[in-house]
Amino acid sequence: MSQIAGTRARLVWAVNLAALLLVLLWTVPTFGLLVSSFRDRDQIAASGWWKAAFPSSASAFVRAGGADTAVQEGDLWVISGTVLEQGQRLDAWGITSRAPEAYRPGETAALKDGQSLTVAADGSYRLSSPTAFADGRGMRIFVTTTVPPRVTTENYARVIGAEGLGQAFLNTMTVTIPATVIPILIAAFAAYALAWMEFPGRALLIAAVVGLLVVPLQLALIPLLKLHNDIGIGKGYMGIWLAHTGFGLPLAIYLLRNYMVGLPREIIESARVDGATEFQIFRRIILPLSFPALASFAIFQFLWVWNDLLVATVFLGNRHDQLVMTGVLRELMGSRGGDWEILAASAFVSISVPLLVFFAMQKYLVRGLLAGSVKGG
Amino acid sequence: MEQLSYAAGTIVTGVFGCVAWFWGSNLILDLVWPSRGPHAGRNILRANMVRPWLFIGPAILFLAVYLVYPVFDSIWRSLHDAGGRTWVGLGNYRWLAADAKFRESILNNLLWLLVVPAASTFFGLLAAQLTDRIRWGNVAKSFIFMPMAISFVGAGVIWKFIYDYRAEGQEQIGLLNALWTALGHPPETWLTIPFWNNFFLMAVLIWIQTGFAMVILSAALRGIPEETIEAAILDGANPWQLFFRIKVPQIWGTIAVVWTTITITVLKIFDIVFVMTNGQWGTQVLANLMYDWMFRGAPDYGRGSAIALVIMALVTPIMVWNIRNARREMM
Repeated sequence: MSQIAGTRARLVWAVNLAALLLVLLWTVPTFGLLVSSFRDRDQIAASGWWKAAFPSSASAFVRAGGADTAVQEGDLWVISGTVLEQGQRLDAWGITSRAPEAYRPGETAALKDGQSLTVAADGSYRLSSPTAFADGRGMRIFVTTTVPPRVTTENYARVIGAEGLGQAFLNTMTVTIPATVIPILIAAFAAYALAWMEFPGRALLIAAVVGLLVVPLQLALIPLLKLHNDIGIGKGYMGIWLAHTGFGLPLAIYLLRNYMVGLPREIIESARVDGATEFQIFRRIILPLSFPALASFAIFQFLWVWNDLLVATVFLGNRHDQLVMTGVLRELMGSRGGDWEILAASAFVSISVPLLVFFAMQKYLVRGLLAGSVKGG
Repeated sequence: MEQLSYAAGTIVTGVFGCVAWFWGSNLILDLVWPSRGPHAGRNILRANMVRPWLFIGPAILFLAVYLVYPVFDSIWRSLHDAGGRTWVGLGNYRWLAADAKFRESILNNLLWLLVVPAASTFFGLLAAQLTDRIRWGNVAKSFIFMPMAISFVGAGVIWKFIYDYRAEGQEQIGLLNALWTALGHPPETWLTIPFWNNFFLMAVLIWIQTGFAMVILSAALRGIPEETIEAAILDGANPWQLFFRIKVPQIWGTIAVVWTTITITVLKIFDIVFVMTNGQWGTQVLANLMYDWMFRGAPDYGRGSAIALVIMALVTPIMVWNIRNARREMM
């Protein structure tokens, strides 16, 4: 018996460990970018984000003052200054690029013509010479410094302002909210008719809705853009709202109908017997009872519209101040490929709202998923 | 700000318009054929024939204009030349069959089709099985499910950072290259390695879709009757047998649903390739190829539409299967 208990305990451990590994694998990518978005530009380039909590070391060179900054002290000419910036610590220094770490802080290097250079631990240097300096440009001092970890929100301030993400955030909001609300209304009425009214062609319509669930959006882009141009809507918010309404409807009708069909028949029939009109039944009984399904679809549609790139690229203008956040992010990936501080902060601004919605409303999202299928892309 | 008030105005107008339509049209119907008076019976019958169409009318209009009409318009365009004026018959399709980029795209799509649904379902099943057996399972589920809320573009940024490359000798800031160089290899530019770069792109979609598979499969696993499992344990099934011989066969139907749903997503995959490689280095896929022909340089709507219809044709079997399933459920 005890042996079985032993294997079981080990199995529990293995399961916990495997689950932990999976969770790590799934969160580390996002976490890495989140950490990076709070790091300094130089630090991101100097060390991996997993070292963000530790001091990072960087190598650079500093140019000493030129001949005009020299001061005469007795029979020596002296140039002095500092090689460190705020917050840095000097680890080593050197006078050639071949041996940039040749000297430790406080040591003195002998240079040609009897000159000598001392760099102290606090970063102050002293270059002295028995004869007057001739060179207008100061010599190069190579320094290896340690920078303490630093948390900054500068990246966020920069992308929201200068990179135009603030405007894009507004644009995304403008696109998303009507494109979420309007399909719900239209779909709710249709779903009620499909669930609780008898009429010829009902089964065919339901089948059509199921079929339309998977029609690739790609197919609809050009025909609809042309149509919008022909009827005078053109590119703009009205067009994208209408497009998202159309694209979202099959899923909305499908989810809501499936839910409404499950409502108890007695309630609806007794209301009919009591003389309530269909409109009253819908508004007073069906709508309140369908709240969970409405919420599920609202979240789907919200996430889908917020995260969409393709529809926005086609139906909205492409001027920088007309872009939604996914569009700006895409543009930044092209133009600022290596500037991870900008990309990381921008990505997080754009995914913050969906993540918030996700964690707050997860229950409804899961319920909606289980209620049927989902639309992809 | 101005545009937000425009949006708010649209919501109000839209909501008001919808309500006015539904309420008003119902009211008119009740006035024209009142359910009282001498012809009450006949009137109710007539009103009931019209009313469903009032409820469903706007939806049908939207579906017809935004989803059905484009299919036929695309078919028409795919049989015409770039500008849509001259009839070219099957010319665009013949061009497709001979085009190297198209062949590359369709092969890549097939590769995605083989790998992503299988891997997502596998990881989803694994995650479901593991998280159902631990105390912090719900928290674990949340985290694995989270990427679903992230846009493909956002995920593209996240993963491009993982694949980041710095020249040899420099400190690697991309996680993959950091691990790779720590193992003693020279750093790689992952997204430009022919053939294998496809898999690095697929990893992004697998990462996103696993949570979806996990949620559905976890519910299905919990739906297996207790007695079945108890009986298997009493008969001496070990955990592996219990999982592969008892549980998995019980949820085949759900696995099929998950598989086909992810398959549809894969067939339409666009954003990830668009933002990460834009189809360079042999990673082109159908949707991105179509985008290239429709919106880049001099647009060719004929060829673009032909590619879109190829995607549609690939989706159709699943569509038919879904409809048949839905009809069976309704019976």
